[in-house]
Amino acid sequence: MKSKTSLPVSYRLAVTSRVLAAVVGGYLMASLASICLALWLPTSRADAVITGMMSSFVFYLLAVLWCFACRSAARAWFGVLLPSAAFATLAGVGLWMTRV
Amino acid sequence: MKEGFRQAMAWLHTWAGLIFGWLLFAIFLTGTLSYFKDEISHWMQPEVQARPLDDARSLTVAQTYLQQVAPTAARWFITLPDSRDPGLSVMWQDKVDPGKRGNFIQKTLDPVTGQAVQARESMGGEFFYRFHFQLQMPHPWGRWLSTIAAMVMFIALITGIITHKKIFKDFFTFRPRKGQRSWLDGHNAVGVLVLPFHLMITYSSLVIFMSMVMPAPILASYGNDTRAFFSEVFPNTNNAPASGQPGTLLPLVPMYEQARAQWAGGHVGRVAVNNPGDVNASVNVLRAGSDSVVHDFGSTVSFNGSTGELLRVSGGQSLPAAIGGSFYGLHMGHFAGPVLRWLYFICGLAGTAMIGTGLVIWLGKRQLKHLKSNVMPFELRLVEVLNIASMSGLMIAIAAFFWANRLLPVTFAERSDWEVQTFFIAWGLSLLHAILRRGRQGWVEQLSVGALLFIAIPLLNALTTSHHLGVSLATGDWAMAGFDLTSLASGIFLGWAAWKMQHRTVPAPKVERTRGLTLKQEAN
Repeated sequence: MKSKTSLPVSYRLAVTSRVLAAVVGGYLMASLASICLALWLPTSRADAVITGMMSSFVFYLLAVLWCFACRSAARAWFGVLLPSAAFATLAGVGLWMTRV
Repeated sequence: MKEGFRQAMAWLHTWAGLIFGWLLFAIFLTGTLSYFKDEISHWMQPEVQARPLDDARSLTVAQTYLQQVAPTAARWFITLPDSRDPGLSVMWQDKVDPGKRGNFIQKTLDPVTGQAVQARESMGGEFFYRFHFQLQMPHPWGRWLSTIAAMVMFIALITGIITHKKIFKDFFTFRPRKGQRSWLDGHNAVGVLVLPFHLMITYSSLVIFMSMVMPAPILASYGNDTRAFFSEVFPNTNNAPASGQPGTLLPLVPMYEQARAQWAGGHVGRVAVNNPGDVNASVNVLRAGSDSVVHDFGSTVSFNGSTGELLRVSGGQSLPAAIGGSFYGLHMGHFAGPVLRWLYFICGLAGTAMIGTGLVIWLGKRQLKHLKSNVMPFELRLVEVLNIASMSGLMIAIAAFFWANRLLPVTFAERSDWEVQTFFIAWGLSLLHAILRRGRQGWVEQLSVGALLFIAIPLLNALTTSHHLGVSLATGDWAMAGFDLTSLASGIFLGWAAWKMQHRTVPAPKVERTRGLTLKQEAN
C-alpha cells in the first residue's frame, strides 16, 4: 500500500463512495432481501421473519465484499442497487399479494 | 484497491480491523470475563454465602419476602440460586409501562433466613456483562454500536480468511523472535486455531440483536403491530391483565413441582408472577438456561396464580427458532460446565489476542518506515496511543475496578457507582499517560502497573476479607480461589509482557531485510 499522502483526491472520494455503497447500500439490500424471505418463505409468518432476519447479515456481508472487490465505485453502487431493485420488486409483489 | 481480489480483501481487513479494533478489543475482553460473571460477582460480594441448594425452601422464602415487601407490585421475578450463583435474587416492578423499560427493585436474599443479604453494593461481574454489549452508553445506542462492531468483526473475519490463502500451511509455521513476522504468525495462529469460535461468537451476536438492527422483515410482515410478532414467537408472554379485584396468591412450590414434572425433571431458572395481589394473578415458571444448549426463551409453564390451574405449557420450537436459540445459547454458554466454561474463556482470550496482535501489526508495519527518522507522523502516533490505552489501559482499569471493590468502605454512599467510576478514571488516566509517554515506555510502564495491580489482588483480598487463598482452597470455594489465582496468573503474564517489551532488541537491519519478503507475501 502506498503512503497515504501521495493518494489523489479522486482516489479518496472513490473510497468514500465505496464505503457509503457498502454501509448504506449494503444495509438497504440486506433489509430488502430479508423482507423477501419473510414474505415468500412457505413457513409460518413468524418463522419466515426469523429466517429473514437471521440470514440478512450474510447478504450484508456479500454486499460489503462486492463493494470493495469490484473495479470501480460506480460498479460498487450498481452491484448493490441492482439486486436491491430486484428484491424490492419481489417484496412489492409479496406485499401486494398479502394485502389482496 | 485496483489490484486483485485478495489484495482488495486484505485492504478491507486492514482498515475495518483498525478502525473498530480498539472497541472490539474491549468488547471481547469484557465478554470473555462475562463467562465468569457469577464467579466475579461472588468474589466482589463475599458476604453472599453459598448455602446448600434447596429450591422449595428458596421459593417459599422468596414468596414470603415479596408478599411482605411488595404485595401490590405489578410483577415479581424470583431467580433461584444455583451452583454458580449462591444468591436468591428477587426483583419487583411497581408498574408495567408497555414499550418502556421498567424500574426494577432488586434484592438478594439469604435462601435460609429469608433476610436481605447485607452485602457490599457492587455490580460485580454484571458490570463487564453490561459493558460488553451496552458500552456504558444510554439505551439503545450502546447496543447499536456493539452490534455494528460485531458486523465489522464479521467482515474482518471473512476477509481475513480470504486474505489468508495458505490457511493450514501457515498455521503450522510459527517463527518466534522474528519481530513483525512473529506477531503475524501469532495473529494467524490464534485466528485459525479457534476460528469456529470466532465465527460462532460473531454471527450469534448479530442474531441476538437482530430484531433491533434488522427490523425490516417484522415491519413488512406485521405492519405497525410489531408486538404481534413477539407474542407469536413467545406465546407465554400473553398473560391475563389485572382485574382490579384483590386475590390471594397460592403457594408457588406446587406449581414449581408441576413445571419440573412437565420437563421430565428439568431445572427451574426463574419464576415470574404477574399481578400477585390480583384475582387474575398468573405465574410463569421458566426453565433454567443451563438445561440445554439451544436456548428457548419461551420454555415456560404458566399457571393461574389464584386457582393453581395449569394454563399453558410451551410447545417445542420451530426449526428457525431453534437455530436462533442455538446461536443465543452458544454465545451465552449458560449450559457450559467448568471445563467447557474455561474453554470458552480461553477461546475468548484468543479472540482478544487476535484483535490485539492485529492492531500491533498494523502499527509495526508502518513504524518500520520511520525507524531512521525517529519522528512519527501524527496518525501513527495516534494509533500508538490508542493501542496502549485500549489494551494495557483496559487491563489497569479492570484491576482498578477490583481494587475499588476491596478498598471503598462498605458503607460508602453509591459505592457501586464509584467502583464503575474508578474503572473509567483509571482508563482515562492511562490514556493521558499514553499521550505523555513515548511508545515503548508507555507500554512498559502500563503493563508493569497492570502486573503489580493484578499480582497484588490475592494479597489485597487476604488483607481486607477473611476469604484469602488459604481459606478458599481449604473450604473448596473454587470460585473465590479461582479468581485470586487467575488474577495472579494475569499479573504474571502482564509482567512477562512488560519485561519482553523492555528487553526487546530490534535488529533493525535484519528486520528491514526480511520485511520486503514477508510484506509481499502478506499483502497477498
